[in-house]
Amino acid sequence: MCQGAGRQLSSETMTLDTEPVVINMGPQHPSTHGVFRMRVTFDGEVILDLEPIFGYLHRGIEKLAEHKTYLQNMPYTDRLDYLASMSNNMAYAMAVEKLAGIEVPERAEYIRVIMAELMRISSHLVGVGALFNDMGAFMTPFLYMYREREKILDLFEMVCGQRLTYNYMRFGGVSHDLPEEFIPTLKRFIDEMPGYIDEYDQLLAENEIVLARSKGVGILPADKAINASVSGPVLRGSGVKWDLRKNNPYSIYDRFDFDIPTGTVGDVYDRYRVRVEEMRQSVRIVRQAMEQLPEGEVRTKVPTPLKPPPGEAYVCIEAPKGELGFYLVSDGSAKPYRFKIRAPCLINLTMLRDMVVGWMLADAIVTLGSIDICMGEVDR
Amino acid sequence: MEIEKPYVLSDFDKTEAEQIEALMAAAKEPYPDPVAWLEEEIERNVLLTTTEHLIGWAKRFSVWPNTFFPACCAFEVISAAASRFDFSRFGMEVLRPSPRQADLMLVAGTVTWKLAPALRRIYDQMPEPKWVIAMGACAISGGAFRGSYSVVPGINRIVPVDVYVPGCPPRPEGLIHGFMTLHRKVAKDKLLKKD
Amino acid sequence: MTEPLSSSEVAQQIGEQLPDAVTGSDESTVFVRSESLLDVARFLKQNLDFDYLISITAVDFLDHFDVIYHLRSIKNNYSVVLRTRCDNRGSPRVPSVVSLWQGADFQEREIYDLMGITFEGHPNMKRIVLWEGYEGHPLRKDFHLDVPGGGKAT
Repeated sequence: MCQGAGRQLSSETMTLDTEPVVINMGPQHPSTHGVFRMRVTFDGEVILDLEPIFGYLHRGIEKLAEHKTYLQNMPYTDRLDYLASMSNNMAYAMAVEKLAGIEVPERAEYIRVIMAELMRISSHLVGVGALFNDMGAFMTPFLYMYREREKILDLFEMVCGQRLTYNYMRFGGVSHDLPEEFIPTLKRFIDEMPGYIDEYDQLLAENEIVLARSKGVGILPADKAINASVSGPVLRGSGVKWDLRKNNPYSIYDRFDFDIPTGTVGDVYDRYRVRVEEMRQSVRIVRQAMEQLPEGEVRTKVPTPLKPPPGEAYVCIEAPKGELGFYLVSDGSAKPYRFKIRAPCLINLTMLRDMVVGWMLADAIVTLGSIDICMGEVDR
Repeated sequence: MEIEKPYVLSDFDKTEAEQIEALMAAAKEPYPDPVAWLEEEIERNVLLTTTEHLIGWAKRFSVWPNTFFPACCAFEVISAAASRFDFSRFGMEVLRPSPRQADLMLVAGTVTWKLAPALRRIYDQMPEPKWVIAMGACAISGGAFRGSYSVVPGINRIVPVDVYVPGCPPRPEGLIHGFMTLHRKVAKDKLLKKD
Repeated sequence: MTEPLSSSEVAQQIGEQLPDAVTGSDESTVFVRSESLLDVARFLKQNLDFDYLISITAVDFLDHFDVIYHLRSIKNNYSVVLRTRCDNRGSPRVPSVVSLWQGADFQEREIYDLMGITFEGHPNMKRIVLWEGYEGHPLRKDFHLDVPGGGKAT
């Protein structure tokens, strides 16, 4: 298909010379999931080369964090992957707790798990909804999924007052205890959610257009995925059964009973199915956590400003987009010496070019949607 | 696989970098806010003719926003567009990604210097009359990231802003209040000279 | 559970194959010379099955840079940390591991962009988050920000 500088198209009456053309997509474009830019070289409609360009949302969080105390950096972590703020907060809080040797009470651990799994459901709702936007189902699945997301955002607002960037976790626990109406509302939501996921499957999973546009498109083989440090649903969609909650359990995930869905081929359809199944498993985890939730404190007292002893710590968790890690270096003062974020979306983008070369433009859009990027994390 | 490209892509990188540096050097002072309409309204107690009233009513309920969504505030815009808050009630659900078809540029999120030439180009591509809403603390002043080496301290350095909607992120109701403020301005637009 | 491998044992195994490559080890990290980094990485990938590169980090310690590699073996579920030092502050250079793990691609470009460390052998060593021709490397400690406590603006 790709034969160099152009082809000669011949018919009985004439011969045409063609030439590859470079087209710019983004940074302002409805389907690039944020300010992501691609410079694509086409031969007709077929992609010869794709160069991803980002940095349009590079705010210098790692540098700014070195000038603020550890607690002042918590809101910055919200704004990384802004669709999964609770998970980012949790990863950062765990990294600082490892650095400073702080224990977390039981009730706080359970609350953290409930919040993290609700966040996973919410993030996957947007991820799957946006994927369907890219496939051409204009807004219908997205608006259906947003209906459930609003219920989750109501739960979060009940707990910490914010809908999008929560700043809820603290070193040694969480900032506030759950209000009284939280558990009954959560129970109602958890009872209804599997019915809603079935409704989405009924509408979309066997739909002809979805199958035609996603089966066999954007294939990522398992060995290439591991070599490219891909993580999260993208890795599991390629058939690699790797999830940090099972393979390297953190917090109290070893107490819960849940499965890890994997794909087979590694195409767009597999990644979509992995996300939907993960939503079901998250509902299972939240139900178990809710039943086992103990009484007690929600926060260990830590000194302010927190001055961890000199040293370093690396902690990674299974965020909705992949493996999110924080590497902190402390020099004994109240401000971090080095604040490094291992961003899953950035590393998942490594394989975008290899997945789409030789395919057509529309397939590139759908493949990008299935990787589910969030530019706040790619650029930091 | 060897591909003979028709252009040298690194030349594009250099041209774009020069545009960014030029814009950084030129954007040292903010554009003045176009607030003439507020003072006139208070001073003159303006009465509109029936025709102007009708035209203003029609214009303000069919403003088409252009989606310029760098960061987190984008999801509050999407929440405002979704079924719960629904700004379609105000005639604004027609979100046009193409600036040629839009009246209102809704900047929701942090704008960096690398993105600034694109922002200015999209503003320039919009046909008159056009308005700009700066949504969120980052668009108003740089927000939590002010002082960073790559963040524009407020988009009013690059485009003139009509309505500022504060919050981090502002609730969808806050955004709708911003829209209603803009609609009052749009309704009175015909009477005032545009700078 | 991902077991962190005993770094002294790993250092010993590396030392048997590649003498002089390892300069030391502590409880979690193996320190290697930057010239032998690529050989050590290849040994770890081929002989000890470290097929997954978790992340690459660089830290600026004022008189030198440290580049830290977190590695994991998905097959056997263990991990190790490699650390190399770069003393030349004027033009720091470290071999690139892109030929072994493609996941290093964007991470090395970002370290070049923000810290100024050049990775030799990288096919596309250019800035990734900032624009071409930007002066300076922001994450270095001598690049000052215009914020309280940030020193003078650059």
